Amino acid sequence: MSELDPADVFRQEANELIETLEQALLDLEKRPDDRELVGLAFRALHTLKGSGAMFGFTAVSEFIHEFETAFDRVRKGEAAADRRLIAAALEARDHVAHLIEDPDCDPKRGEAILAALKVAVSGEAAPAATSAPNAPAAGIDATSQAQPAGAGWHVRFRLPADALTLGTNPLLLLDELRGLGPCEVVALAGEVPTLDRIEPQQCYLAWDVTLRADVAKDAVDDVFLFVRDDMELSIEPLAADAADVPGAPAALPAMAESPKPAAPAPAAEPQTAQRPAAKAAAGGTERGAGAKVERNATLRVPAERLDELMDRVGELVIAQARLSQLAETIHDASLINVAEEIERLTASLRDTTMGTRMVPIGSLFGRFRRLVHDLSEDLGKPISFVTEGEDTELDKTVIEQLADPLVHLIRNSVDHGLENPDRRAEAGKPATGTLRLSASHRGAEVAIAVSDDGAGLNAERIRRRAEEAGLLAAGQAISEGELNRMIFQPGFSTAAQVTALSGRGVGMDVVKKTIDGLRGSIDVDTLPGKGTTVTLRLPLTLAIIDGLLVRVGDDRYTIPLAAVEECLELPTGVDKDARGRSFLNLRGELVPFLKLRGLFQTEGEPDPYQKVVVVSSDSMRVGLVVDQIIGNNQTVIKQLSRLHSGLKTFSGATILGDGTVALILDVMHLVGFGQKLEERRRAETLGRAA
Amino acid sequence: MHALTIRLQDEMFALEATHVREILDPVPITRVPNAGSFVGGLINVRGSVVPLADLRVSFGMDRPPQDADTRIVVMEISLDGEPMVAGILADKVYDVTDIEAASIEDAPKVGMRWPAEYVRGIGRRDDDFVIIPDMQQIFGARTNLAAENG
Repeated sequence: MSELDPADVFRQEANELIETLEQALLDLEKRPDDRELVGLAFRALHTLKGSGAMFGFTAVSEFIHEFETAFDRVRKGEAAADRRLIAAALEARDHVAHLIEDPDCDPKRGEAILAALKVAVSGEAAPAATSAPNAPAAGIDATSQAQPAGAGWHVRFRLPADALTLGTNPLLLLDELRGLGPCEVVALAGEVPTLDRIEPQQCYLAWDVTLRADVAKDAVDDVFLFVRDDMELSIEPLAADAADVPGAPAALPAMAESPKPAAPAPAAEPQTAQRPAAKAAAGGTERGAGAKVERNATLRVPAERLDELMDRVGELVIAQARLSQLAETIHDASLINVAEEIERLTASLRDTTMGTRMVPIGSLFGRFRRLVHDLSEDLGKPISFVTEGEDTELDKTVIEQLADPLVHLIRNSVDHGLENPDRRAEAGKPATGTLRLSASHRGAEVAIAVSDDGAGLNAERIRRRAEEAGLLAAGQAISEGELNRMIFQPGFSTAAQVTALSGRGVGMDVVKKTIDGLRGSIDVDTLPGKGTTVTLRLPLTLAIIDGLLVRVGDDRYTIPLAAVEECLELPTGVDKDARGRSFLNLRGELVPFLKLRGLFQTEGEPDPYQKVVVVSSDSMRVGLVVDQIIGNNQTVIKQLSRLHSGLKTFSGATILGDGTVALILDVMHLVGFGQKLEERRRAETLGRAA
Repeated sequence: MHALTIRLQDEMFALEATHVREILDPVPITRVPNAGSFVGGLINVRGSVVPLADLRVSFGMDRPPQDADTRIVVMEISLDGEPMVAGILADKVYDVTDIEAASIEDAPKVGMRWPAEYVRGIGRRDDDFVIIPDMQQIFGARTNLAAENG
């Protein structure tokens, strides 16, 4: 998928910034004294430079650096933003766009543009003034005016959809074109539909061919002689700049390597492949317009509009629940029919709407390749970076929030976890360390794990630091898991020395705060000498979930259906365990159960036949004892206010069909709450016995 | 001060009228287990879930069951600088009235039945005293408590 490529993310961002820059420059031409516009342009430049460097577009960021230096004089008021300067700056802006698409293009043009820009900001008079307008003008000629140079043809063709069934073989056409001279062929896969819509016999691809041979147009035309009807075909002379500028021939073959050569069959080719060549070959006249149309199969929508849509769908779901309930009571067959139809429609609308917010986590993982690569270089630790479960989908806002914690975890793993090659050799491990980033769905949660095969956590050192920091009393008994989690305390670092990367004890604190904020949990597993795995567990914070509605006393609660494994009746007698522990024998396996009546201090008499809803959290299964299981319902999650944010047993509330509010149980924390309650009770029993 | 006057037990309270969104007849209240009695409930206000607070708990009053006069005042409360909406249970809602700023006195530090930090001032209306509660203090104290209980 194109989203996985960090360079693509940058390009998308860069396009917006370049647009901002262009607008600012154009406005500046009209209002040369507007400081705000100068600032706007400068900021856009600066951001472009920064992110360009980050994503490895060195040529871009170097060029922008010079651009920025020149433009800084305008910002400082040393040069006026006159027409000449704007022209030069716009020229530079075009070059930036060009550099992003083709980082290897001829540096001479960039130098010429910069020179013109420098002259423009220097405010020099007559002699420079005469030469300056020429320089940008020359640049414009080179990019925007396609001169028929006779050096070749740019051919773009798309066959009618039924061409393959009619016996046309596009490969033969391409071969024939190749027969005319050296060709660069790029398949345009923009029209390829999703897999479920694909008709294997249809031809979805179009081809973009750059033919570098001095042949007559008729010769090219003849290739398509027998298939001309219905097909789309454009044959244009190659743009002059591609052929004329010295150094371009050297650069072009290199460029042509990145897009894949012609796809032999209508296979779903990554859409990105077409971009550099298509855009460069399209030259000035089109300036990538064609490529743009195909790329914009995705649409950027402000997040708040999606939120609003989600809210509306939520209200619709609630209204639909009321309608269903009404239909049940009135018991009119035709009304029930309509209610069911609306229920179905609402459910699919809900899924579609939520789907728009879901993003595969791979888009996030991709960003870390670069980070790991740089860390590996800086620290001299060879690392093989493995990612798994890239297609695990999570809400976009959650993914954005995960970026920082994961950076810290990865840095920590590389810096503290993985050993130097020498140490690894001593320990009998391969010199290359492995860093694994994985994501998977587990019931109603998503688990994201960062694991390394490094030295593991040093329990003794953690203990010593914890005692020094007063987080732990000397000799205090503590479970291994709790001790490991100490590393997430603010200011906690066991690193003997602070490196540039980590050791200040800030990062892990950030991880904990973020994950807490997302109502998730952190697990640390470590084996001395074998490695460490940090697992972040996040609830699927969807706005609407399928829930199981249950009744406890007079109160109704919703349990996320994804966490529910089974429901059964509580066998009589099991709750009278002498040791105060409650276990259920589930096909030979002992499953602890919690009585929600007790947990929630429900008044009144329990129903004679109690039910158990078995839910799973982490790897633990727990039975929740309720009075009645009412049934499935679609649950619109409403966040609890800050007055109730301390209550971890509920992940939110929802509004039921009759308009009342029901709380949604947070299974993960409920299990923890039950365990705590049980421990307290056990301690009390022990105390009484003593 | 433009104020909505309400009765809690047998005392009159004045709520900042500009912060009041609406006044509701009693609606079904969903109990929130382990949340404490101050914000022990949730209500549905036009499709949003809103916490229901009982100021009588803060002021150590008795809590008689709802009757025909019981109302819920939905109002905006600023908590740590961020606005939030909460319902407030009132035994009776009187009216909107002006309380002259000059007539508002600071809460006496001693000799008051109520916790002094929860009272922003005492106003006068006709010959009655009106308590002006300090919502920020009352709700702020409760959030901290809820966090500790977690």
